[in-house]
Amino acid sequence: MESVFFVILAVVTVFSALMVILQKNPMTSVLFLILAFFSTAALYVLLSAPFLAAVQIIVYAGAIMVLFLFVIMLLNLNRIKEEGSPLLKALGMMVAGMLLVIAAVVIRSTVIPSDSGFVAGTEPGFGSVEAIGRSLFTTYLLPFEIASFLLLAAIIGAVVLAKKKL
Amino acid sequence: MNLEFLSQIPLLLTIVYCVAVVAFVFLFVLFSNWLERKISAHIQDRLGPMETGGWHGWSQAIADALKLLFKEDIIPAAADNKLFRLAPYLVFVGSLAGFAVLPFGAQLIGSDLNIGMYYVIAISSLVVIGILMAGWASNNKWALYGAMRAAAQMVSYEVPVALSLLVPVIMSGTMSMQEIVHNQEGYFWNWYVFRMFPFSFVAFIIYFWASLAEVNRNPFDLPEAESELVAGYFTEYSGMRFAIFFLAEYGNMFVVSAIAATVFLGGWQAPFPFLKFIPGAVWFIGKAMSLVFVQMWLRWTLPRLRVDQLMHVCWKIFLPFSFANLMLVGLWAVLWGK
Repeated sequence: MESVFFVILAVVTVFSALMVILQKNPMTSVLFLILAFFSTAALYVLLSAPFLAAVQIIVYAGAIMVLFLFVIMLLNLNRIKEEGSPLLKALGMMVAGMLLVIAAVVIRSTVIPSDSGFVAGTEPGFGSVEAIGRSLFTTYLLPFEIASFLLLAAIIGAVVLAKKKL
Repeated sequence: MNLEFLSQIPLLLTIVYCVAVVAFVFLFVLFSNWLERKISAHIQDRLGPMETGGWHGWSQAIADALKLLFKEDIIPAAADNKLFRLAPYLVFVGSLAGFAVLPFGAQLIGSDLNIGMYYVIAISSLVVIGILMAGWASNNKWALYGAMRAAAQMVSYEVPVALSLLVPVIMSGTMSMQEIVHNQEGYFWNWYVFRMFPFSFVAFIIYFWASLAEVNRNPFDLPEAESELVAGYFTEYSGMRFAIFFLAEYGNMFVVSAIAATVFLGGWQAPFPFLKFIPGAVWFIGKAMSLVFVQMWLRWTLPRLRVDQLMHVCWKIFLPFSFANLMLVGLWAVLWGK
């Protein structure tokens, strides 16, 4: 059952991620990006991390993508002009190839325990709000606080940018 | 073979429950459509529909629905065909998905998620995307304006909604809808709206007003302001597709009212323990329906806000109050316990 869902979701994710870069219309690519985020969130649910899935939807599919859509609608980019420069194309291919090599190395070096099944068994309470909250405020307190500090700086920056007279 | 059959039973029950919920949504929309006509009429000193079906025009909504079904389905030539077709379904799915975690009774719940409350907040973003799609794909200035207003409004009002929903989460220490309802057992003064007075009450008020903006109801119905934008983001929609937007809007009204009823008004719990013999679903739907009634009452009483007033109310009144509220509730929970 899980593997069926996984295959469906994986196909949807990869397909929509590809469509993001293959679509000519920026509006359609953004909508495919949202679909990719949603199916990734569904994959998180399969990994018994529903909280992470909800966060994924709120932050990426919700707030950020609505902003994206706004910008595209306001700028009214109907068609992006074809960037014909062969140098840029070659550069892009090079970067993508290097990324592929890195990803392949990482995947090859990942040690998968031989006794684990398709979905690893988890202890009860794994991925719940309580478990995530506890680990955020104990084990990962410093990174958590640093991240919140960064976000605060970003908020203040946005206020400074938006308000001419303070 | 035998075991496989057993594992199918919960799935079957879930399917039955889903069909029942969808049927409930349709019935609710038909009923509340009639109710809204009657309420608006009586507030304006009219009678409203009186002829259709006989008694107080009870079948007016059915006649309306049939009319919409038989209307021609028009897709503008300059519209983005695929997105135009897809948008209403996305909005409707976003509205219907909220029903998955609504506790209609002690056993009647689609899925009692560990993150139930969070799921509700997350899934409402789907509606925004659908509305933006509808407005953009229509290739119509009014539709685009309506969609932009709707998106700006819904994204802004999500914040006070989420912050005020966190108050009952702090009070009960869980995000699961059923556990929140269980924690409000007993007499009606155990409901969260009456506990930790006045903080929880303030949260309830903020939630109710902000949720009106979330579902684009008056006084926050700028996205579909008839006098300025024809019909806002669904200006170009007709027939069945318009009906789906309509279903989604009324479904959303029920969802936000039902969430308020769940987390602040005790959900399916009876106000007095001796009334427990009445099924929980009756209490739950009754509480949600009274909030829906208040929504309609407000719509026909208050004038519409301006765009700048809308943003002012959200960011300069609701948001600071809900932040202060949340902090004070947290302080209370730490000092005196829940």
